[in-house]
Amino acid sequence: MGWTGKVLRVNLTNGTVQSEPLNMEWAQQYLGQRGLASKYLCEEVDAKCDPLGPENKMFFATGPLTGTCASTGGRYSVITKGPLTNAIACSNSGGYFGAELKFAGWDMVILEGKSPKPVYLCIIDDKAELLDASEIWGTSVWNADEWIKSKHQDPMMHVATIGVAGENGVLYSAIVNDLHRAAGRSGVGTVLGSKNVKALAVRGTKGVKVKDPRAFMKATNDGKKVLAENAVTGSGLPTYGTQVLMNAINEAGAMPTRNSREVQFEGAHDISAEAMATPRTTDGEKNLQTNQACFACTIACGRISKIDEKHFTVVNKPQYWHSSGGLEYEAAWALGSNTGIDDLEALTYVNFICNEQGLDPISFGATVSAAMELYELGLLTKEQTGGMELKFGSAEALVKCVELTGKAEGFGKELGLGSARLCAKYGRPDLSMTVKSQEFPAYDARGIQGMGLTYATSNRGACHLRSYTVASEMLGIPEKTDPLTTDGKPALVKAFQDATAAVDSSGLCVFTTFAWTLNDIAPQVDAACEGDWSPERMLEVGERIWNMERMFNHRAGFTAKDDSLPPRLLKEAAQSGPAKGLVNGLEKMLPEYYQVRGWTADGVPTNETLSRLSV
Amino acid sequence: MLKALVIDAGKCTGCKQCEMACSLENEGEFNVAKSRIRVFDFHTEARFVPYTCTQCAEAWCQQACPVNAITTDSMGVKIVHENLCVGCKVCTIACPFGTVNYNASTGKVIKCDLCGGNPACSEACPTGAITYQDVEQGGFDKMKVWAAQSANAASSEGPNVPKASSASGTGH
Repeated sequence: MGWTGKVLRVNLTNGTVQSEPLNMEWAQQYLGQRGLASKYLCEEVDAKCDPLGPENKMFFATGPLTGTCASTGGRYSVITKGPLTNAIACSNSGGYFGAELKFAGWDMVILEGKSPKPVYLCIIDDKAELLDASEIWGTSVWNADEWIKSKHQDPMMHVATIGVAGENGVLYSAIVNDLHRAAGRSGVGTVLGSKNVKALAVRGTKGVKVKDPRAFMKATNDGKKVLAENAVTGSGLPTYGTQVLMNAINEAGAMPTRNSREVQFEGAHDISAEAMATPRTTDGEKNLQTNQACFACTIACGRISKIDEKHFTVVNKPQYWHSSGGLEYEAAWALGSNTGIDDLEALTYVNFICNEQGLDPISFGATVSAAMELYELGLLTKEQTGGMELKFGSAEALVKCVELTGKAEGFGKELGLGSARLCAKYGRPDLSMTVKSQEFPAYDARGIQGMGLTYATSNRGACHLRSYTVASEMLGIPEKTDPLTTDGKPALVKAFQDATAAVDSSGLCVFTTFAWTLNDIAPQVDAACEGDWSPERMLEVGERIWNMERMFNHRAGFTAKDDSLPPRLLKEAAQSGPAKGLVNGLEKMLPEYYQVRGWTADGVPTNETLSRLSV
Repeated sequence: MLKALVIDAGKCTGCKQCEMACSLENEGEFNVAKSRIRVFDFHTEARFVPYTCTQCAEAWCQQACPVNAITTDSMGVKIVHENLCVGCKVCTIACPFGTVNYNASTGKVIKCDLCGGNPACSEACPTGAITYQDVEQGGFDKMKVWAAQSANAASSEGPNVPKASSASGTGH
């Protein structure tokens, strides 16, 4: 119950598929999705393997609540060793694909080896087969999605696919499902491309059952009520999307601007949620057309946008005149504030292309931003950029960059390396705003101190979704802490990391935690799944997952040295806003963090900790 | 009082809670493939549209059924009697709206029966896109929006032509 109890194992090298039972003992320890698939990864994959070699494996995993009516119960994650970071990668996506996989009867799909030629995996309930993808290899996400549905004459099918970026080895390629929802980070799309797999297409007509339907309906209805009555999940997110943050974070002086040289962006308002919802002066239409929910989500934060047809990016391209996935806060920041560009329509276009070509807009935008700084410092020349004036604020340059990167053409090939490799290549590794080679998201760690520790210790490289202390430091959820001090942050980060790992493993969306705690979530899991699932047990599962992920990275060769931040955040003080004069106090937080984690001073989980958690 | 499902597609976000509630009510499990109500995603036009049987007064499905397996109850609901249905699918051809469909696992057809007067879909809808209302007043909310707009237009300058509203059911 909750789980279907079935795993689909696909050997790409031999072209075989087989069904096997889900390891229920592990399911009781790791719940599902992120935790459970990471357990499989740790058991089956050598942490030292080449992430783009056939010995790496991929796990497409749902949670026990995926495919139920629990609000946001539609998530899936892709777990693998990531090529951007060489660390454990786990990218989570919404849309409808995850639920469809569950309806086809599968908790998880495991891809092993490497296909000799381009294929896609087609799953129709119990039947799974590898089919020839030569006609869609080299084409976009949007084309592959349409081609597969039309080939199978089934518009109800759901497709997760890579674009050309994943085929061309761009190190931050995403897997995009339902046209514009993405398992976006750490280059999971690059791994799929390295295996010669274009897409997974799924159609499911079976049901998902829960342990105690009456208790489940009560728990999920109670939960939905909490979401509806909460200001963030009931009003802020549906109305403004995650972009509700743009002006607030900017005012807080925590908006990384122009490759984190500054912490406030003068053009923030022009690319904010409010701007998206205001009729344009050009054509009188709004950028934001409507909001959209992922499967089962009663929040509905997704943005559906339409670009001004007369805008320079699309004026001769009617294929982009339709509505599609619009800017979320991370993309608006990475493509906008971080590059100094305040042209909302241009950013929306670049976001469309990221979806179409299968690029992570955070890493892409941050890499362009680093390249812009290199260019302005004269370390990158116009000859090297192929004639591009790669200056901060240039929408034309950004548009050119996105068009080149997925295709790996010209300077786009270098942008596809990500900012850490790019900056190292041009002699200034310090200008890369990354941890473990993964680019930061949209919160400056000088203005929100806890996020510095969050980035430094995130198991998948810099990431906001591993421990969103912004909730506490900025919004007072679950309780307000001072964003400008390091006091209490180690314990706060640990608590967020553990709770988030549990949420990610349930099949629910982490955005619910603006309103929900594990006290709201545990009863839903408990009513759906065998075993007694208390909030305390969920938290323990989360801590177990965190330590297991950490051990994978330890085996892969990561040490305490990698729990660091770029010198800019540690040495160059913020120049404006509430954090003026501050750097991030990582060195004050990290030793205490290791301590509260039960790790050695070198950041390695002690035997005592591992045995307490049965890792 | 006869009641009907009133669908305001402008409020739909595409979450499919209605489909899950329907399948749980009718199939005892979460299974959107077996839902009697469907949400269609026209997201390139920024629209999501739930659609289901409207319980036609003069129901072609009922008239086409060769074994009289579809009857009308006191609330005007067209009900498929599974024990009589032979799975010939003639009703699925007769229905102009496509809202009667064949269920291959049972060999019978399925359609919305308003859950016996307490439709699970409308109860589950988080945005009020699906409501269960007096059938004779189904349009009143839309009328009110248009009335308000025409009153505004009349009291100010500008032409007396209301713009399309979310309550018109056609999205934005």
